[in-house]
Amino acid sequence: MAKRQPWSELGGLADPARFTAPLQVAKADGARLCGLLRTMLVIRHTEDQIGRLVVEGLARTPCHLGIGQEAVAVGVATRLRATDRVFGNHRSHSHFLALGGTPASLIAEVLGKATGASRGMGGSMHLFGREFGFHGSVPIVGATIPIAVGAGLAAKLDGGDSVAVAFFGDGATEEGVFHESMNLAVVQGLPVLFVCENNLFSSHLDIDLRQPSDRIGRYAEAHRMRSLTVDGNDLLAVESATTALVDAARRGEGPALLEAVTYRFRGHVGPNEDIDVGVHRRMEDVEAWRHRCPIRRLQDGLVAAGVLSADDLASMEKDVLAGIAEAVANARRAAYPDPSALHQLVYAGQR
Amino acid sequence: MNKPSATAGREISYGEAIREGFIHLLSRHREVFTIGQGLWSPWYVGNSMTDLDKLFGKERVIDTPVSELACTGAAVGAALCGYRPVVIHPRMDFMVLAADQIVNQAAKWHHMLGGQATVPVTVRAIINRGGEQGAQHSQALHGWFAHIPGLRVVMPASVADARDLLIASVLCDDPVMYIDDRWLYERRAVLPPVVERPLATEGPRVLRPGKDITLVGASYSTWLCEQAAEMLAAEDIDAEVIDVRVLNPFEPAAILASVSRTGRLCVVDGGWRNAGWAAEVIASVTEALDAGALKAAPRRITLPDAPAPTSKALEQGYYPEARHVAEAARAMLASRRIAS
Repeated sequence: MAKRQPWSELGGLADPARFTAPLQVAKADGARLCGLLRTMLVIRHTEDQIGRLVVEGLARTPCHLGIGQEAVAVGVATRLRATDRVFGNHRSHSHFLALGGTPASLIAEVLGKATGASRGMGGSMHLFGREFGFHGSVPIVGATIPIAVGAGLAAKLDGGDSVAVAFFGDGATEEGVFHESMNLAVVQGLPVLFVCENNLFSSHLDIDLRQPSDRIGRYAEAHRMRSLTVDGNDLLAVESATTALVDAARRGEGPALLEAVTYRFRGHVGPNEDIDVGVHRRMEDVEAWRHRCPIRRLQDGLVAAGVLSADDLASMEKDVLAGIAEAVANARRAAYPDPSALHQLVYAGQR
Repeated sequence: MNKPSATAGREISYGEAIREGFIHLLSRHREVFTIGQGLWSPWYVGNSMTDLDKLFGKERVIDTPVSELACTGAAVGAALCGYRPVVIHPRMDFMVLAADQIVNQAAKWHHMLGGQATVPVTVRAIINRGGEQGAQHSQALHGWFAHIPGLRVVMPASVADARDLLIASVLCDDPVMYIDDRWLYERRAVLPPVVERPLATEGPRVLRPGKDITLVGASYSTWLCEQAAEMLAAEDIDAEVIDVRVLNPFEPAAILASVSRTGRLCVVDGGWRNAGWAAEVIASVTEALDAGALKAAPRRITLPDAPAPTSKALEQGYYPEARHVAEAARAMLASRRIAS
């Protein structure tokens, strides 16, 4: 396994040989963590299923899978409320599901069906679920970052304690709007959590070849903004960092950046591993990162703490898979949007 | 803040009318706020927003860092969360930096999220040109934005529309680009009390009836058409003037009806010629007319297809003037006289 470049500021956080041990789970927290494990399994298997639908040719919309990154979405979501406003990006199946979206509505959307999260008008890259706080995702890199700042401005004008959250990747930090947005949020003192899922790659290019440092947190320092950089494959680390940053934002202490270092097991788009696309990305890297799998580490921790048995795990997984199978069957049968939607939805109405 | 406007019954300028629109909106609609560069400064937006920050507070009249894209995105985000923000771009040229949020985001979210999200943001773009300001301080890019489904584009020409179309834009549930032109700021009129009207029912309007030729404009070019019609009337040419007002979604019915009667169409556009807005008006009308309904080939008067020059010598003649419109109209009528 190739280590990160010697200059890596992230150091061990970007080294898949590190942080592979089971999570240290408190038994008292076991039941709650079993629920989060289940959500991570739902994300993993739903995305795996979507990958198979792409192979089958049934899903044609570009599908960007976040397999391997589940702990970031789930860890952040545990500290959010339905009244918070969360925005995603091209790789947002995990955010949608972690906040409360169902595999049924996600899979139907990916297949372009009227029963989908966006009524069949969005596909994988345009998801929506206002009732659980997911206010939209788009694939233009960085585009939802200022939108989340606007949601933070709305929260400030509302006068409550809700927060806005933008999920984005390390590639988005190379867009100018990321910096404009951080600055605006700081100057206005807005309750915004910027969550960078630093998976060390843009679509195809290693962060080594794109930035002089692999540590995204440095940008927060430049903008005089609070930030934490954590192992994004450690659910508990993500949760605890989110707690600190979101609680401060709710108290009116302004925006923050959470950098969660992680890795995607699949390629930029579609189900393949894309080992031949990234300039540095090799199969050994992917294999090495599989040892730092966020789901396995949580599972092992729950087993070691005596919370879950191997049988419990098998039964949970079987149940999750059955639910996804049913979602797929329903999505296959569901209707496509009415052709009238093409024109009727261009404008909201008559006002 | 609900007290009657101090300008009631008094003649006011186009710029003051915009300010009246803001006062109405900020007084009556708590969900309205404004954000943009220069909103606390007297020199960015003429007299169109003077002292609004003092009247309504700096939390609702927000002056910003030099970040067109993030500020427009923030307005889009607040609109998604129930507010009706107006993001102000004191020069349309600089607004190009915000194109992603206008074109890819605001105009698309309602459609691509299945109608579940609305983006009631108003993007106010100011055309500010002439005076040797040059290529990046002069552009009128309405034609670009009128191309985008989902983005309503309005251009007030009259003092009343400066106020009333602003109000209609902000109260509309769709993203609207409201474009005002500094060359109109000194037009004056006495305005009636505000009546809130839905933007969706607004569209082209006949400003002056006539039987010989149809002159079509938007914003400042409408004013040119009005002035040209006056010149032509002195020569016994009866021009009908139509102010398009709403460029997108475009409803050509009034223009079609007019050209069906006059048989002649001249479109005046403050933008460029190639793939421009004037071409769209001519195409929309002519493709719906019977062959042979026209008595003269349609004409368009536009900017030349060149960036705005700075040098006085080149700038003279760059912008269309009323006399050019009148000349075109005379030529179109002359061709009929020859034919008959």
